[in-house]
Amino acid sequence: MGLLNFLTRRGSPTGANLVRLPTGSFTLDPSGRIVASTLPRSFPGAQTRQIADVVLSTFRSAREAQIPLTELIADYAALKLTARELRGGAIIFLAPRSLGPK
Amino acid sequence: MSVQHKILLLDDDQDLLELYREILGRLPSQPEIYTATSGARAIALLDSEPFSLLISDLSMPKMDGLQVLTIVRRKFPQLRTAVMTSVVDAQFRTRAYAMGIDLFLEKPNSSQEIMFFLDCIESLLGREVDGGFRGVQSKSLVDIIQIECLSRSSSVLKVTNGALSGKIWFNNGDVIDAETQALNGEAAFRKILSWKTGNFEILPADPDRARAIFNSYQGLLLESAQALDEAGESESAPSADATADPAAQSPLVPLVRFNGVEFVMTVPANDAGFDSWGVENPEQISKWVRQTMQRFRALGEGLQAGQLNQVEGLGLQCHVALVSKMGDDLCVGFHRSLSQDLVRATMNKIAAKWAS
Repeated sequence: MGLLNFLTRRGSPTGANLVRLPTGSFTLDPSGRIVASTLPRSFPGAQTRQIADVVLSTFRSAREAQIPLTELIADYAALKLTARELRGGAIIFLAPRSLGPK
Repeated sequence: MSVQHKILLLDDDQDLLELYREILGRLPSQPEIYTATSGARAIALLDSEPFSLLISDLSMPKMDGLQVLTIVRRKFPQLRTAVMTSVVDAQFRTRAYAMGIDLFLEKPNSSQEIMFFLDCIESLLGREVDGGFRGVQSKSLVDIIQIECLSRSSSVLKVTNGALSGKIWFNNGDVIDAETQALNGEAAFRKILSWKTGNFEILPADPDRARAIFNSYQGLLLESAQALDEAGESESAPSADATADPAAQSPLVPLVRFNGVEFVMTVPANDAGFDSWGVENPEQISKWVRQTMQRFRALGEGLQAGQLNQVEGLGLQCHVALVSKMGDDLCVGFHRSLSQDLVRATMNKIAAKWAS
């Protein structure tokens, strides 16, 4: 069974190098600064920034296209992103999906 | 003549790679085993020659397994992919399957699990790459329905075909109901059977489902086959109505007949043009649609959140919903009085019609 022990001993059981999709929310002011967040600290700031940029630029470009939006919902296979417009800023909710029965 | 399969193993641990190589050497099909210790090396190998299967670890330095799979699924969509990892976490499993992998396995820790692992890999190598429902080896939907009926199952078969989705209810081996888009009963059953490929999953039985189909499953399958044959013949014959009304020829017209729809626009992937109906400022909207879908697709890839199914926007003037199919984008504008649930339900029907 030495071989099997060798197999199971290897690798990080928590997936130290992998980033979990977070559950939580964060709030942006009109300049894109994060003013409040309930996201876990383990979630990279660069990805939070990327989400913020996409949401704010989408709200902005929608206004320019004459379809001003107050809410955006992006439905991914493994994540639901909901963003509400807040006077130029936004509050963004992240909710990962699971494979379990709905 | 049998084809010798090639398997590419990706793990940052060289010792483990050697072990896997030895274990996979026991496969009856005797595949060629290649190894890579980094995602970049694996992608370079996949670029250089065709492989049958990639088996990847998840937890790796620099480029992790999900990042590798994101690239691989896009660059090599026909490649079978499996994840073998010691990361026991439902979220990573969900995300890996959302990316379209074929198998998610935990690293084996018993001799039985090694046997199971080998069986899974051998089965995966045996699957045909073109057509068929993923999840069962090259079985048609008819086969799956027959299996459920012959085994006297009580279950719900959920079938997805791109943006389309349908369910077939079984009770003690009888087909009791079906549902897809706006259809129910036998009409829905025939519609689902007309799909050529897709994915399926068996859900727990729904004992409260009222019976809407009273035909035997053999009769249903026979009638569906006949209906498909007739549909194929009528499609090949030119229709007199098709030339009568030029407006009816627009592919967008059937999409605007749903309640609450104010405008429809399709934006092709590889083209600066667009097709629209009811849009006041089509140039601006098409630019916004293209930008928005690109941004959210890129965001999804960055987060490794799986396929982008839909983007909805709710506004005070109108609501919009966006979906993609094969890189083409569809944007539908809805009247602001529609609730979010109604927007979503209507958009699902429109997307299904567009996809079909």
